[in-house]
Amino acid sequence: MSETWKTLKPYALITPQTLIFLMFLVFPILMIGVVSFWEFNGYSMTPAFTLDNYRGILTGVTFKTYLNTFKFLGMVWVATLLIGYPVAYFLAFHVPKLEWQILLFLLCTIPFWTSNIIRMISWVPLLGREGLVNQMLMGTGLVQQPLEFLLYSDFAVVLGMVHLYIIFMIAPIFNSLMRIERSLVTAAEDLGASGVQVFKEVILPLSAPGIAIGSIFIVTLIMGEFVTVRLMGGGQSASVGKLIQTQIGSLQYPLAAANAMVLLAVTMLIIVSILRVLDIRKEL
Amino acid sequence: MQDVKTEPVLAVEAVPEDLQAEAKGVSLRDVTKKYGSFVAVQNITLDIPAGSYTCLLGPSGCGKTTTMRMIAGHEDISEGDIYIGDTRINGLPATERNTAMMFQNYALFPHKTVWNNVDFGLKMRGFPLDERRRRVGEMLEIVGLTSFSDRKPAQLSGGQQQRVALARALVTRPQVLMLDEPLSALDESLRVKTRGELRKLQRQFGMTFLQVTHNQDEAYSLSDQIVVMDHGRVDQVGTPAEIFSRPLSRFVARFTGDNNIFAGTVTSAVQDTQSQLIQIDVPGLGTLLCLGDYAQVGSEAACSIRADLMQIKSLAEAEQSACGPATNRVTARITAVEFTGYVTRVSLVLERGGLEVLYKVRTPDWLTTAFAEGQVVALDWAATDCVFLPH
Repeated sequence: MSETWKTLKPYALITPQTLIFLMFLVFPILMIGVVSFWEFNGYSMTPAFTLDNYRGILTGVTFKTYLNTFKFLGMVWVATLLIGYPVAYFLAFHVPKLEWQILLFLLCTIPFWTSNIIRMISWVPLLGREGLVNQMLMGTGLVQQPLEFLLYSDFAVVLGMVHLYIIFMIAPIFNSLMRIERSLVTAAEDLGASGVQVFKEVILPLSAPGIAIGSIFIVTLIMGEFVTVRLMGGGQSASVGKLIQTQIGSLQYPLAAANAMVLLAVTMLIIVSILRVLDIRKEL
Repeated sequence: MQDVKTEPVLAVEAVPEDLQAEAKGVSLRDVTKKYGSFVAVQNITLDIPAGSYTCLLGPSGCGKTTTMRMIAGHEDISEGDIYIGDTRINGLPATERNTAMMFQNYALFPHKTVWNNVDFGLKMRGFPLDERRRRVGEMLEIVGLTSFSDRKPAQLSGGQQQRVALARALVTRPQVLMLDEPLSALDESLRVKTRGELRKLQRQFGMTFLQVTHNQDEAYSLSDQIVVMDHGRVDQVGTPAEIFSRPLSRFVARFTGDNNIFAGTVTSAVQDTQSQLIQIDVPGLGTLLCLGDYAQVGSEAACSIRADLMQIKSLAEAEQSACGPATNRVTARITAVEFTGYVTRVSLVLERGGLEVLYKVRTPDWLTTAFAEGQVVALDWAATDCVFLPH
């Protein structure tokens, strides 16, 4: 009895998790995969095997939407990295006390303290035609006409996304910076490294896994993003996530499913290529 | 991974010329280090001779590491001056001091190979590539790690990591090499072996080695000069033999070996040929005789006797041999006998005064006697072996 139990115990332990995993992740994805090959018209969809849904993706408008999504991703990635790394570096190396580090880190999570809608609406008095920024620019005479691109534009979408998701870049980089033994920095200085060299030779390579994890977060979040695009873009901006949502809204399930499959594949591809460049195993 | 026991000992007898450096001495003049109101190091004046192996010895928090970090340039000097050779180095960046440091736990770059770790200092200082190659290759050969040059530090044993750290520090030809507890991360058997290798390396390279340690055995076996530190001050400077046999303070006597210390008041001081025969009245015990350079009658002081310089006698034996004029004698009860191999350690409690004392004896000698726990015995020691401790 006990011998059998010993052999079975590990399997018994992983069974619930495996079932949940299969039911709520693998099965739905398979379903979406199946549906993406179905035929549909304005009223119904019929089980079939057609590649038309996929063919549509490569044509004109949809393909442009993909390119636009990549553009958002690229801009948000660069912005979160360029802003997030110095913030994480400051927190890790220049804030001396742990309590202050925690407090300042919590400050970075402020965007999550309010709901998405309220947060987006509150951009209007800041960035709108009559908003604070435009009033200030016109008051100082820097511009004659209010800047239109501040709200309901690609700029606004990127701004909203950076504001919302930068913490996902800061947190893993901060974590990997905190793991760097301070004696390594002293040792590098002792061996003649300048400040820039210490950063290039020691700190940057040792925090690269943090950058990789942060980048994976950003990729997965931005590729599926539709709320910020809709609210900040004001109908002017498009992304694959928003496209899928629109297609679901108009009951074009097979088309939405095909887009979802392609989006999934593209996202995975980007993540795999990040992992090929940077080894994150040490951080996990 | 290679078994530590089969690791090669440092094999190269002669150090290549381009790895040799001119040794420079280090001088500290009234050096003080303060952190806010906390004084970590107080008015240290010290000379470390060029080409010597000097150990800063003391318990944790005594300021020895801070002192070393000030010399290395990783800590600002609050007051005083530090010279390397004739150059005053206050405020000079660590890079320009011609020193190198080997860190506790080694601080090897985990993402770099052994080769790149050793190469780091040369690369940062902008040496041409062919010279870097030659010097790193020579250095790795000296520490016997040539075949490990492509490995990462995590793939090495503790002893190998230690030698990478040593190679990395030595390859830049420092005039002074500082070692922060270099042996503390090694296990006992490897530590004793590595101790010998360090000493040999220092002789071969001829540079000044300054080591921080809290282990007196390490300091005794490695040093030409030991600097005993306590509470941010230098307590005593001397050769290992001087520190061992003539401690000058209660702290040094207690910290550097198995010494029995008796505190009391100086009642008389008689000039002997070179030094004074000093009488100390120990409360509850009586008068003890010891030897010292100078003592103020009436001052509070102490004397110290090494645990291995006493003679143990049965009470009957003691009655037959009269206690000479320059001999101290106490009676004590044996409370514990501890066998530690070659040496047996015997703990006793004095019959008068109740002080605990330690007696150390060669195990073969102990076995010829028949003393047992609980027995009362006499302990004799010569006044000339008993060291006067002014403070």
